[in-house]
Amino acid sequence: MTLLGEMNEKAHALGIPLSVHIDVTYRCNERCVHCYLEHDDKGEMTTQEIKDVLDQLAEAGVFFLVFSGGEVFMRRDFLELVEYARKLLFNVKVKTNGVMIHKAEAGRLRELGVEQVQLSVYSHRPEVHDAITKLPGSLKRTVDSIKFLKSQGLKVTLSNVLMTVNRGDERGTRALAKELGVAYTLDPTVTPKMDGDMSILSLRVDEENLDELFQDDELVGDVEEYCKPPAPVDEDVMEGYSCSAGHTACYISPYGDVFPCVQFPLPTGNVRRQKFSDIWYRSPQMNEVRSIKVKDLTVCSSCSHAGSCTRCPGLAYMEGSMRGPSTSDCLKSYHRTGIPSANMLRKAQMASSGPLVQILPMVV
Amino acid sequence: MAETYIAKSTAIAARILGGEMMIMSATDSTFFTLNEVATVIWQSADGRTPLSEIVERRICEEYEIEPEVARRDAQEFVDALSQHGILLVSDRPILDSTAKGMEAQ
Repeated sequence: MTLLGEMNEKAHALGIPLSVHIDVTYRCNERCVHCYLEHDDKGEMTTQEIKDVLDQLAEAGVFFLVFSGGEVFMRRDFLELVEYARKLLFNVKVKTNGVMIHKAEAGRLRELGVEQVQLSVYSHRPEVHDAITKLPGSLKRTVDSIKFLKSQGLKVTLSNVLMTVNRGDERGTRALAKELGVAYTLDPTVTPKMDGDMSILSLRVDEENLDELFQDDELVGDVEEYCKPPAPVDEDVMEGYSCSAGHTACYISPYGDVFPCVQFPLPTGNVRRQKFSDIWYRSPQMNEVRSIKVKDLTVCSSCSHAGSCTRCPGLAYMEGSMRGPSTSDCLKSYHRTGIPSANMLRKAQMASSGPLVQILPMVV
Repeated sequence: MAETYIAKSTAIAARILGGEMMIMSATDSTFFTLNEVATVIWQSADGRTPLSEIVERRICEEYEIEPEVARRDAQEFVDALSQHGILLVSDRPILDSTAKGMEAQ
């Protein structure tokens, strides 16, 4: 096991929140078609409030800190917050669209010892990227920002979301990352809006696109290994957990609300009214999330993919139950291995069995 | 013999987890955990206290380790961490570890 893996296990055993993702604002200078956020400012935490939260997180043992948004640079105090976080010796990662990063900002991020900067790019073509962000000129500005960050020696990742509107440009975007000399990540997950609006799910790519992705060794590594059938489910799997949300990780909104994960909108408390450690250790909701083992899952506990599925409890929660299946992950498991999930089989059976009560015309 | 002074680089992340110090370099993302004795040296790396004094007062006395063994182990530890830019080493007191930390990268 790697040192990082050992650290995760130790944090899990000790109940320590090793990683926290904090959105410092929901305001943004882009209006991405797939974004799940509402961008109006409904009372963001002040500079001092965020600094107080950071003090509490350091005391709780948090090591990895992700600053994200909205667009983080929409806050004029953003670099002050990064400086404060670095003084508390967090490992800091910044997620941004880069539009407001110039040479000076890139240099400052480097000086402050930020470990990694992740920037969203949806296409190598301005007409596609800018149509997604709805900000003319945004691709050029983001690419310029990547160059500034690279020239400072910062570790940069170009992050792409695969959608119906950019699926044809995936290889071109990947080539752009290579040309810029930065890492590349691709995520085919489009999540419902935080207010429950599901309309943006129409941007999710077709299932055939998943097949293509999972057969691409540049993205998944060893295809044969990645797509192999799931190993038999044993006792260890049944006693395990499907995700770090609420166990070693959590999310804090710009308004101080604490959730198990950015993709898991179950309110567990608010740092404006409570101490972070009280929420982390005593919130009934947080404790419920961390009590759920694989064996407790209503459908997934009987699924052959139980030990290898990327099941997201947050997406399951948005589908109706945090103990239920996350359909988009069922599809990923199926398209990765060719073996349908228990949830898919259950749905197929329900569809084929017809209505419970039937009224048929009498044949005379 | 010239003294050795050590200071913590600012280009690192660090936290104590279950009694063990975890350190990650922002420069090359290398990751270390320090044992108890190494943690004492790390925490004493203020740029002003000579390494020999740290070893004598914080290691030999508290852990009853032979001075020769402690000095050798401490030097190896300092060399290893300085190679990753995690500790800054100088033969003079290090007054501004922020500026030096950036140079060390």
